[in-house]
Amino acid sequence: MLLEVSGLRAGYGNVPVLRGIDFAVKEREFVGILGHNGMGKSTLLNTLMGRIRATDGVVRFKGADVTRIGAHRRSTLGMGLVPQGREIFPNLSVMENLLIARATRRGDPNGVIEEALEDFPRLKRLLDRRGGALSGGEQQLLALARCLCADPKLILLDEPTEGIQPSIIEEIVDTLHAVKKRRELAIVLVEQNLDFIAALAERVLIIQRGVLTREIPPSALADADTVSEFVGFAH
Amino acid sequence: MDRTAIVLIEMLSSISTLVIIAIGLAIIFGMMRVINIAHGEFIMLGGYIGVIATQRWGVNFWISILVIAPLVVGLFGVLVERLVIRRLYGRMVDTLLATWGLSLAMIGGVTMIFGNTIEGVSAPFGGVRIGAFSVSGYRLFLILVAVALLLGVLAVLRYTKAGLIARGAMQNPRMAAALGIDPDRVYMATFGVGAALSGLAGGLLAPLTGVIPTMGAAFIAQAFITVIGGGAAIVTGTGLAATLFGSVAKLVEFVSTPVIGDAALLFVALFVLRLLPQGITGRFFRRAS
Repeated sequence: MLLEVSGLRAGYGNVPVLRGIDFAVKEREFVGILGHNGMGKSTLLNTLMGRIRATDGVVRFKGADVTRIGAHRRSTLGMGLVPQGREIFPNLSVMENLLIARATRRGDPNGVIEEALEDFPRLKRLLDRRGGALSGGEQQLLALARCLCADPKLILLDEPTEGIQPSIIEEIVDTLHAVKKRRELAIVLVEQNLDFIAALAERVLIIQRGVLTREIPPSALADADTVSEFVGFAH
Repeated sequence: MDRTAIVLIEMLSSISTLVIIAIGLAIIFGMMRVINIAHGEFIMLGGYIGVIATQRWGVNFWISILVIAPLVVGLFGVLVERLVIRRLYGRMVDTLLATWGLSLAMIGGVTMIFGNTIEGVSAPFGGVRIGAFSVSGYRLFLILVAVALLLGVLAVLRYTKAGLIARGAMQNPRMAAALGIDPDRVYMATFGVGAALSGLAGGLLAPLTGVIPTMGAAFIAQAFITVIGGGAAIVTGTGLAATLFGSVAKLVEFVSTPVIGDAALLFVALFVLRLLPQGITGRFFRRAS
């Protein structure tokens, strides 16, 4: 197993958000996690990355217990995060946003960045722009490319379709398929966009009030009635 | 003609002094948003170390002010960051109180060790004749140093890996961490560099001002005004604000007295911040560093 999570609890101050999460991700697997706003999706990814401290439970990555180590060390081990809201460095250029992902890594960054730009060719003509001057869709592509530059084995992907125009969503689906295959990546995607998650995930977990309640096959997402029964979505 | 040259040199000298006393604060306050009320005392400490190393330990003057002063104050800054500042990031009022306490402690400590008297070291280079006038060669040297400091800090921030890491970590430490950067270490190092530049300022100015435990008070207001007036692009902003404030203060001083010159500096600063609350580079030169 690449990632093993057991009994994971976390929250903000005294407010618990995750109330015992258990799941595992194999190498090269694409797991989707579906849930409403406020069910703990982003908290889960931020806790896995080490940006929120776990109050209980264990996170193992490549067999090693990473529950208590900082985000920067998890990144070095091969975990990558594309956060909600994208968190592009607004005052760095697009090129610098990519370079900074290589800043603590050995070797010449240019080859890695060129490879990432091949995956996201739309960024090539934007390299000198300030990150903050890009559109939401362009920032999302940049956030994905930046994550890839850090050369992760596991990508945690937080609602990449939020506020993005449909044409770019399709582009992201195609790119993620290609990139995942070629780079042999595992991906954990949290989303509420059913079509997006159905197009990418190999299995889908439902999160409700900080607990993973069940697993469904992606094909079940096509049936709106089933989904609303599981998730409580009104579609 | 000679008189014009002298006025010009005096203006440049006044600008360069502002740059030298503000550049360390530009990093600590402008970049890290840490209100360091002890900034003046960091300068004072640098001055003392420069003077003591030269006078008592017999170290070469240049090594004392250019190497030992920034090095010792930089290490002192790292210590302060680890013991105090680290616990207070994002808490401006607490930082203000803590560094105010630090400032009083430093004044007290230095007074206890060296006494409340002025110590000094003579400036090298002597005078340079311009027609009927003579200007201090060391002041001309400081003008060059100020230019070198601005260009140097700008180059490090823009073109080195360390500069990129520092800029990214200051903009969004949580995201930088998710990319493999340890924000804790970056903050420590950046504070240390800011402190070292303040120590360098003290060493550089000691031959002109002499050193006394309370000398920091003379710098703190002007340093903060310059950095705040400069705005978000810390190096360009500090350079522009120093140029504006320094020239106005000197010109007014020429037609009146030094006290009115200082008052004019504060007045221009008020005016600039009333018109440009985000500082000069908050409105103009926004893409600069």
